[in-house]
Amino acid sequence: MVPRQVLRIGWALVLLLVALASSSVPARAVSSDLEPLVGKLSERSLSTKAQTIREIAEVGSAEAKALLETLLAGQVYYRKDDRRVVLVEEQDSAFAIRDAFSGEALGQAEKRSLKRVVINNSIRGFLRGAIARLSLRAEDPDDRLHAVESLYDELTPDTVELLKSRLVEETDDEVQDAIRVALALAALDSADPAERAAAAQRLAESMDQVVHVRLSALVREQDGDPDASVRAAAQSALREIDQNRSLYSVVETLFFGLSLGSVYVLAAIGLAITFGVMGVINMAHGELMMLGAYTTWVVQQALPDRLEQSIFFAIPAAFLVSALVGVAIERGVVRFLYGRPLETLLATFGVSLFLQQAVRSIFSPLNRAVSTPEWMSGQYVVNDALAFTYNRLYIILFASVVFAFLVVILRYTTLGLQIRAVSQDRNMARAMGIKSARIDSATFGLGAGVAGLAGVALSQLTNVGPNLGQSHIVDSFMVVVFGGVGNLWGTLVAGLTLGVSNKLLEPLTGAVLAKIIVLVFIVLFIQRRPRGLFPPRGRSAEA
Amino acid sequence: MPRPSFISRLERPDRVVYGALIVIAGMAALLNLVVPEGSAFHMSTFTVTLLGKYACFAMLALSVDLVWGYCGILTLGHGAFFALGGYAMGMHLMRQIGERGVYGNPELPDFMVFLDWQELPWYWWGFSSFPFAMAMVLVVPGLLAFVFGWFAFRSRVNGVYLSIITQAMTYALLLAFFRNEMGFGGNNGLTDFKDLLGFSLQTDGMRVVLLVTSLLALGGAYAICRAVTRSRFGRVVVAIRDAENRSRFLGYRVEHFKVWAFVLSALIAGVAGALYVPQVGIINPGEFAPLNSIELVVWVAIGGRGTLYGAMAGALLVNFSKTYFTGALPDAWLFVLGGLFILGTLFLPRGVVGVFTKEKE
Amino acid sequence: MTPAAPAIESRATASDQNASHDVLKGAIIYLEGITVSFDGFRALDELDLRIERGELRCIIGPNGAGKSTMMDVITGKTRPDSGLALFDRGTDLFSMSEPEIAMAGIGRKFQKPSVFENLSVAENLELAMRANRGVWSNLFAKMSKEQSDHRDSVLETIGLTAARAMRAGAISHGQKQWLEIGMLLMQEPKVLLVDEPVAGMTHQETERTAELLTSLAGDHTVVVVEHDMEFVRSLARRVTVLHEGRVLAEGNMDFVQNDPRVVEVYLGV
Repeated sequence: MVPRQVLRIGWALVLLLVALASSSVPARAVSSDLEPLVGKLSERSLSTKAQTIREIAEVGSAEAKALLETLLAGQVYYRKDDRRVVLVEEQDSAFAIRDAFSGEALGQAEKRSLKRVVINNSIRGFLRGAIARLSLRAEDPDDRLHAVESLYDELTPDTVELLKSRLVEETDDEVQDAIRVALALAALDSADPAERAAAAQRLAESMDQVVHVRLSALVREQDGDPDASVRAAAQSALREIDQNRSLYSVVETLFFGLSLGSVYVLAAIGLAITFGVMGVINMAHGELMMLGAYTTWVVQQALPDRLEQSIFFAIPAAFLVSALVGVAIERGVVRFLYGRPLETLLATFGVSLFLQQAVRSIFSPLNRAVSTPEWMSGQYVVNDALAFTYNRLYIILFASVVFAFLVVILRYTTLGLQIRAVSQDRNMARAMGIKSARIDSATFGLGAGVAGLAGVALSQLTNVGPNLGQSHIVDSFMVVVFGGVGNLWGTLVAGLTLGVSNKLLEPLTGAVLAKIIVLVFIVLFIQRRPRGLFPPRGRSAEA
Repeated sequence: MPRPSFISRLERPDRVVYGALIVIAGMAALLNLVVPEGSAFHMSTFTVTLLGKYACFAMLALSVDLVWGYCGILTLGHGAFFALGGYAMGMHLMRQIGERGVYGNPELPDFMVFLDWQELPWYWWGFSSFPFAMAMVLVVPGLLAFVFGWFAFRSRVNGVYLSIITQAMTYALLLAFFRNEMGFGGNNGLTDFKDLLGFSLQTDGMRVVLLVTSLLALGGAYAICRAVTRSRFGRVVVAIRDAENRSRFLGYRVEHFKVWAFVLSALIAGVAGALYVPQVGIINPGEFAPLNSIELVVWVAIGGRGTLYGAMAGALLVNFSKTYFTGALPDAWLFVLGGLFILGTLFLPRGVVGVFTKEKE
Repeated sequence: MTPAAPAIESRATASDQNASHDVLKGAIIYLEGITVSFDGFRALDELDLRIERGELRCIIGPNGAGKSTMMDVITGKTRPDSGLALFDRGTDLFSMSEPEIAMAGIGRKFQKPSVFENLSVAENLELAMRANRGVWSNLFAKMSKEQSDHRDSVLETIGLTAARAMRAGAISHGQKQWLEIGMLLMQEPKVLLVDEPVAGMTHQETERTAELLTSLAGDHTVVVVEHDMEFVRSLARRVTVLHEGRVLAEGNMDFVQNDPRVVEVYLGV
């Protein structure tokens, strides 16, 4: 029942992604207007050339824009023999040439056989404006945004005019903001100190690196702005920007912390179930995660053509593999040791060694790299100071889904009810007709399966190797013990707290010391509150 | 006749233990130093060192048995005390190298020169003195055990919780000692030792001396553990293990007993570590690995806890098989160790010695 | 002392030792207004109780009446939310840890026999013996002649002389109960708190236990918590009935048995 649900969710996601992918395949726009114009570029007369360029600019397509950019860069030539217009890339002594319209490669040509399409300053100025204008009119707001931002460094009076006119038409808020920043940057060069000061004030909102550099230059003692009021305005704008930046960096640290915490939660939550319900310390928990990670790798090997989707097959597969191994451990070893937690700890540790060596023998001791699907790489950029990487976002999402899944199982299913009953009072539950032995197996299997899910997540973050489990088991124990045994919410809070505090400490102390501090903190904390953040309460806790 | 009466006062296991230690010491000295190398009866220096290592491990197993077998504290961090004792000895041996290091710096050990340190950190002061270093072998593990145990036992951290925080303790130390900034040689640890008390560590004679010293220390540790466990203190500790609350209602300050048992055990582990280092010639942060500490719990579990001699037997048995398997079938070793854990806990709750001794009624 | 235990509003401080002494007026244990709640459930509800020096008191009550919780409070295992508990000459019990209370002279026998199963009967008694509880003194402790004589006489009293070298885990259930009483005697406490001493005993064993407890009263103060009415009647002393964390009735057995409230609680009439 459990894996089937996961499978269903997985398939829904697969379908959604396929739909998205097919809708966004770009159709190649071919503008036939451009071809005759390209040919005319070989004309010698500058006025004809200017006319041709104007006409190319009017075509306004992406190809036209690209052509204008190469013209500006001085890479457009024509062949002396057939006057064919070509694009040139310099390679040692010879030139590699391509057709200027189709982009078809035409092999190499000697320098002597080519002649550059010469342009003068007025054409150059026109080109700059035209390119910016074209970019500013691009359909995709992201492209427009990029165009505006690329203008920050070269704000000539022409471009300023252009931006002003664009601001009226622009519909996208972000692009509007960027244009305002550009205009304010331009206004910093104004002769009127009042205007400069006002511009500096307006720039306080921007997070752009260029803005920071410009403002910093303004406030410098020696060569900064001659006017004191402008310097003051720039100073206060800088202060505001720096405040915002530190705010964003806190947000980013929190985000890192949450994603690390999510890993902790994923790794610990299965342990929390077995520990909480059965009082059993499963030292093989880390190896169950390792099995989940290896399952991900195997699934990926089995589906080489479906790299993007294989993870959705891996999730239920990892759950199943780990859950089955878990049930086998429970039936084969743990069941004989109930009520002897320390012995269970030792025996399951033996199991963990066994599993490690088994993996070493089957898959070799070398690490296996699981590749990350395309849609999980990259990042969501908020501004220059803040970006969220997708893989971290997905980890947080995945941890939340797994957590919710467990809460639902424990709270709303019969299995969950029985698990809770057994955990509270084994004898009473048995008297009510619950087959506690079977519940134990199921609980252990569930905890193990969740470990498998954690393994899938880990396979996206680290190399998959026989030691994967060992490196996470100590952390997982810390989380469970810190949160208070047998309390899912305790585990959640503990995992996230430890993740965030780790990341908050890291910039101050370095990663290793941060980890040591967190460990020492937990040791001290357990000594203050031996039963964790959310201790089990009431009389039964005394036992 | 004073001698026979002394021996007859010993119980049988004691007689076996002391007898075996004396025999091993005598044989090693005789077969390694007196019997010529070509002879079939010659004992190689490798074997002498191996026996020395085993003696240190047996001592470590004793220390674990004292707290786990008698006091019921399943420690998963005892390797930390062993390693700390080892580091204290290692620091002394490093100071003994003097100018003979690769960089020939009279003041600083090689790794500090390599890391461009200018002066010796304060916590290295005094380690060139042998008595000081030996004191530290006891003080450092003892102090850590005292502080850690005092807080843990006073707050009544018990059972698996205690096991897990001891594991956290050794894990934190592992991470700390890996850091170059700590000044203990980082990842590589301390090595390239030359001599101890003016005697080169590489000679056969010194190897035998180290083995005999280890055996003496093991015998001493065993005698101390025996005396302690047979005193009323020992009975209180067993009482605490079996019924902690009951002992409290009888008026025993449980945490005091536990912490002193823990400290004594840490001292023994520290001495074992200190004797181990000159024989293997290296100490590195790997000794703090949680896996090591768990493994030594297995020695005790396999041998049979709560008997002392069982722990020693377990240490020998497991380490002998480790030496054998890692040589003959390296891939099989973890299967064997894992199997020992599982089968041992399932079928031999009283360990190997439990098979040979009848349950006392 | 559980670290998480709530702060206790103790009304007794050093300055009013004398006042509390007055409150005691010859009583050896004095409880006033003791309230203990677990997760909102009031195990003890403003409980008041006086135990006189040297008396043999039986405490009865249905399940959940708060008998065990009351014992826990007196021995320091449970800290109450509020109330006052004085002992002997005005000692404030709430300022003491469990071992301190034990050493001050309150011994407890648990409901489930809890002896040290892996030690011998004699060793069990030795550990209970009134002696220095320090670590060092125990490391080098030897029993004096006087002490071992005392132990032997207690062995005699509880009828376990023959079983002295046996592992305590291996003796019968009834013998364990006696061994526990013996351990209490070794402590030479002023007050013996005895929780269900005859649970699981044969008729004969029960009779002997009654004799034993009766003979102990006078020199010691004995508080017995018991379910078994027949046994309580055979002790035939003052009886306190607890119900829902309060004292419901107090008096001799006949008086208590005829109290209509007690009848109602026990029989649900």
